[in-house]
Amino acid sequence: MTSKHPSSPAIRRRQVLGGAGAFVLAAILPAGRSRGAGMLVEDATAPFAPNAYIRIGSDNVITMILPNIEMGQGIYTSSVMLMAEELGVDPQSVRIEAAPPGGGAEITGGSTSSMTEWMPLRQAGAAARAMLQQAAAARWSCAPDACVAQDGYMTGPAGQRLPYGELAAEAAKLPVPKDVALKTPAQFRLIGRPMHRLDSQVKVDGQATFGIDAQVPGQKVGAVAACPVIGGHVGHVDTQAALKIRGVVTVLQIEDAVCVVADHYWAARKGLAALDVQWVEGPNAAVDTQAIYRQLEGGLSGPAILADHHGDTQQAMTRAHGRYSATYRQPLLAHATMEPINCTIHVRPDGCDIWTGTQVAERARDTTAEVTGLPKDRIKLHSQYIGGGFGRRLEHEYVTQAARFGRQVSYPLKIIWSREEDITRDRFRPAYLDHLEAGLDERGYITGLTHRIVGPAVVARWEPSGLGANGYDDDLSVGTVITPYTYPAYRLEFARREPPGVITAWWRGVGGTRGLFVVEGFIDELAQRAGIDPVAYRREMVRNNPRALAVLERVARESGWGAPLPPNCGRGVALQFAFGSYLATVVEVEMPAPHDIRIRRVTCAVDCGQVINPDQIAAQIEGGLIFGFSAALYNEITLEKGRVQQDNFHTWRVMRMNEAPKRIDVHLIESGESPGGIGETGTAAAAPALANAMAAVQKRRYRYLPLLSPLNQPSGHEKEQQG
Amino acid sequence: MLTLQINGKSVEVDVDPDTPLLWVLRDVLGMTGTKYGCGIAECGVCTVHVDGRPVRSCSLPVGLIGPHKAITTIEGLQADPVAAAVRKAWLDIDVVQCGYCQPGQIMAAIALLKKIPNPTDEQIEAGMSGNLCRCGTYMRIRAAIRNVAAAQGVTP
Amino acid sequence: MTMTGRGLGRITGMLFTLLASTGIHPAHAAGAPDGQYLTRAADCEVCHTRPGGTPFAGGRAFAIPGMGVIYSPNITADRQAGIGAWTDDQFVKAVRDGVSPGWKHLYPAMPYRDYAYMTPDEVKAIRAYLATLPTSAARPPENTLKFPFSIRSAMIFWNLVNGPASSHPDDPAHTPSWNRGRYLVEGPGHCAECHSPRTITMGVSTANAYAGADVGGWRAYNITSSKTDGIGAWSADDLATYLSTGHADGHGSASGDMGDVVSHSLRYLTRQDIDAMVEYLRDIPARSSADGAPPVIAQPTATHDPADSHGAMLYAGACAGCHLPDGSGRQNPVASIAGARTTLGGTNGQNLLQVLTHGSALQTATGTATMPAFHGGYSDQDVADIANFVMHHFGQSSTKVTAVDVAKAKATSAPE
Repeated sequence: MTSKHPSSPAIRRRQVLGGAGAFVLAAILPAGRSRGAGMLVEDATAPFAPNAYIRIGSDNVITMILPNIEMGQGIYTSSVMLMAEELGVDPQSVRIEAAPPGGGAEITGGSTSSMTEWMPLRQAGAAARAMLQQAAAARWSCAPDACVAQDGYMTGPAGQRLPYGELAAEAAKLPVPKDVALKTPAQFRLIGRPMHRLDSQVKVDGQATFGIDAQVPGQKVGAVAACPVIGGHVGHVDTQAALKIRGVVTVLQIEDAVCVVADHYWAARKGLAALDVQWVEGPNAAVDTQAIYRQLEGGLSGPAILADHHGDTQQAMTRAHGRYSATYRQPLLAHATMEPINCTIHVRPDGCDIWTGTQVAERARDTTAEVTGLPKDRIKLHSQYIGGGFGRRLEHEYVTQAARFGRQVSYPLKIIWSREEDITRDRFRPAYLDHLEAGLDERGYITGLTHRIVGPAVVARWEPSGLGANGYDDDLSVGTVITPYTYPAYRLEFARREPPGVITAWWRGVGGTRGLFVVEGFIDELAQRAGIDPVAYRREMVRNNPRALAVLERVARESGWGAPLPPNCGRGVALQFAFGSYLATVVEVEMPAPHDIRIRRVTCAVDCGQVINPDQIAAQIEGGLIFGFSAALYNEITLEKGRVQQDNFHTWRVMRMNEAPKRIDVHLIESGESPGGIGETGTAAAAPALANAMAAVQKRRYRYLPLLSPLNQPSGHEKEQQG
Repeated sequence: MLTLQINGKSVEVDVDPDTPLLWVLRDVLGMTGTKYGCGIAECGVCTVHVDGRPVRSCSLPVGLIGPHKAITTIEGLQADPVAAAVRKAWLDIDVVQCGYCQPGQIMAAIALLKKIPNPTDEQIEAGMSGNLCRCGTYMRIRAAIRNVAAAQGVTP
Repeated sequence: MTMTGRGLGRITGMLFTLLASTGIHPAHAAGAPDGQYLTRAADCEVCHTRPGGTPFAGGRAFAIPGMGVIYSPNITADRQAGIGAWTDDQFVKAVRDGVSPGWKHLYPAMPYRDYAYMTPDEVKAIRAYLATLPTSAARPPENTLKFPFSIRSAMIFWNLVNGPASSHPDDPAHTPSWNRGRYLVEGPGHCAECHSPRTITMGVSTANAYAGADVGGWRAYNITSSKTDGIGAWSADDLATYLSTGHADGHGSASGDMGDVVSHSLRYLTRQDIDAMVEYLRDIPARSSADGAPPVIAQPTATHDPADSHGAMLYAGACAGCHLPDGSGRQNPVASIAGARTTLGGTNGQNLLQVLTHGSALQTATGTATMPAFHGGYSDQDVADIANFVMHHFGQSSTKVTAVDVAKAKATSAPE
């Protein structure tokens, strides 16, 4: 696409061509990298479609259909690299298409994409290559092995050379091979080497089409307001004044929300402001933040689910040389993705099209089927670029909402949540209380550890089948059960408390971010108590874990751990095994005053197994750290009378460039292990490493998030028992 | 009818004068490169240039602009050498992640570099700290701007 | 028409010709009073409307220090909840004398002493205008006043001391436009209610008229002709622009209650009336007060006081998006803050903290310009740091505010 103003390619209707249930759309793009490179195409008509992921046209246009959704994590680039590696094409020359619901991964999230796609995508590329080789071999009457696939061309033993496109029709007639040989790491030409992101060009040109950019002919735009108290519903609505606003078309209602529809968003916003809505707020109007924390405090004692245990913690405690305990608290957190929540939908009697950014396309399609009564196969979901996921778009309630409004009108309707709506009606990372108690030997090392988590089980609402038989949410194992450390005796308890008045949800790592802040903070406290350097203390704890030891040693060396610092400066360390990757982080801060923090430097050493695109590992860690620092320093969702009190970036602070670290260095450690996740690792490391650095400067512990909370002041709620 | 000069072309729009430029661009003219982020000039994703100055289009009523001021958006930079240098720098070190804030970041960076061709880190931060990025690409934005300055440093 | 009538008409006509030819006019507008114009000039809507409520349906709270909270009544034409059942004379008596039907004495939050400048016919015109607007059956909450203020008849005593105003004949020593200005400022505009300090009985001080006063946590600035503490150094043009748009470059923007006054009242007045007000205001004798700000500096300081570096950092991120590093305003002239008494460090940063913690909204011809309230995302110390940076950066002021000051500013709630 080279038009000046990009229109959504999705406007052209899909053609169902069949073949393993995959939809294939016509490509109108020339081969080779162009200004349109990285645009999401649809409709690639192709004779050769060996699997759900690859289409090769006789015009030599190669389209890759990507199972995971791009939300900044670079998955399109790494997915294309995996397929291109085996297929033998230049990644920069392929067209990319987001897989339709049912055509790819059901869910993009949990830092799992690289882990789950490592084999299937390579196999898809290899299978296609094998079929092309076979077609070429038939033409040239040689052995398939004698045909070399590279850069989109097949080369024969006698120097024959054909572009894949010319072999596509013949290859399509061949059976798909079941087992194909994959390249060995030594043969990799792409995997493990830095590759520029495929989606950068359209994004720097302003041509990338995000959900909010969908432009469907005839569309109207709706400004939405839902009841500010969860569980409430619409009472009386007076539309008179709103309908008088120039450009306002109509006012739509569903049970818990109103939508003012207009020719453009500003008119809709003005209409919404003029709309007189009375909400029936319901019982949650009595909820405030304190009620949520009080509920959690109630879970610190009494019955709990035994989530994991080994050894005899009770004996360890009674026999311990010393005991130490601490309680940590962390708040509700919003996502505040830069692209506010939106969805464009066109409901017709015979079908429905949806344009949106979602991490759960299949669920979004299914909910629309339910709301509209249309069969699933009449619902086409066109996945757009996502302007920030961070777990927010693992929810699809905005698609449900759009469908409920959209079915009331005949035209395509784009709903946009204002930033205020986006934050106040977000589904939040839960608040938690964690209580830990350690039995310690005479040197101050752990002989037994008990850990109680009090908070909700996010998975119970999101995917009830994911909840353990005993009621445990496995996500809480990150940083607790899944750890680089081995404890002689260990007991993890979970007291489930579902907070009133809010809906809790995933975030950029729930288990990882919540677990590591607690455990890495506590271990730092134990090191401090023992009078042992925090790196040395951890080194002793992971002496039998070579991958953990390697990242710890590397980060200590690269960060200059132990070297003298100017006044008011300090360093903090965090070590983790999460999402299949090992990471050690050192944060160096300067605190001219207790409320004034400058992050001078962050050093990371990471072992995430086989690396696909090394520079993007660094990019994800850099970004993940900043996302985590932002939340750790500033963020807490609070409620009063059931209403969320933060609503835009002046009350929901986001780290800015002049608050970001002056320097972040990421050191990759070579590893042959299978790829680990990376999107959430930096975020999980941020709070504990920063809190430990601040503790080093201020000579007091930081057990409450956000770190700048007055609760962390010396006069705050510090509760410490030592025995 | 209001007349605006957008990317070198005169455009007539029929909207109330209190309509922010952002929504005229996006919903009336279909130019979606300029993004909506906060509506209160706190995030910078809607940054465009008016007579070369970076402004937040979400908080700029079109009625205040007038028919003569030159509005430049992310779509109107083809002939701009500084824009080309900035984009190249962005691509060279893969600044972009989700990319939603990047049109605003790029518009802010271009305006900064036109005013201060060789900014110090402090000047970069002063010029860019009004632009939020949730993916946390600040490290690379800072580096990319330094790289543009360095590349142009030969002929200041 | 009789001879007498014709003759009178001729004389009146001659008088108007004379006045027109000299460019002067009397205090009261000629012809039938314009009810909508007067309702706006008297700024009835702001006080008689709860935030987000139906206009004129009352319910806005006024916390009066030492007395309690009173709520403005519903003045829509609703017969039960509003004034629909009143006679015109009852309405005039309430507006001009502070006595509503049933001999209920109104509290001096209602500026009836000022409104007595208006003629009964003008007041009736206001009522006639109100009668054309949508009615509301909303009843404001009961006042929560402490004894003895809870006894309405106590207001008889108050009125004796603070003297209900009588008639206000034009002062022949001054031009008609000065007289018109006096009428607008002292009468419907009731400027003194906020800008003059209160006496011990909470009456408006005449001895210190317009020397500035504290209102709901804000400082209503000294608007006498004092060059240092008042508006004596403003040009007539700047003053007129400020009154009619809420902003004048080099003087900042109206915020808080003054933002409301511009939004609902002053921006609707004719340029001629605004000029008349300016003429009168510039003639108010200079009185000193503590409202002065450091002199305007040509360029904000380039180098930061190291003590301000955290405030400078926060300003660059949270504030410069609208106000720019030099305070010149980015996308809207209203965002230009350089030179404002508030930004320069006037009244020890009192209004600066108010606007930072409570925000402000100004309605303009091109929509509402909003300053968000920054408490919540930023700690009290953060807000103090921003304020200290701003005052030093723009005014080289040595004024310092603390987190405690910010907490106090937050606690002074704007009327709901």
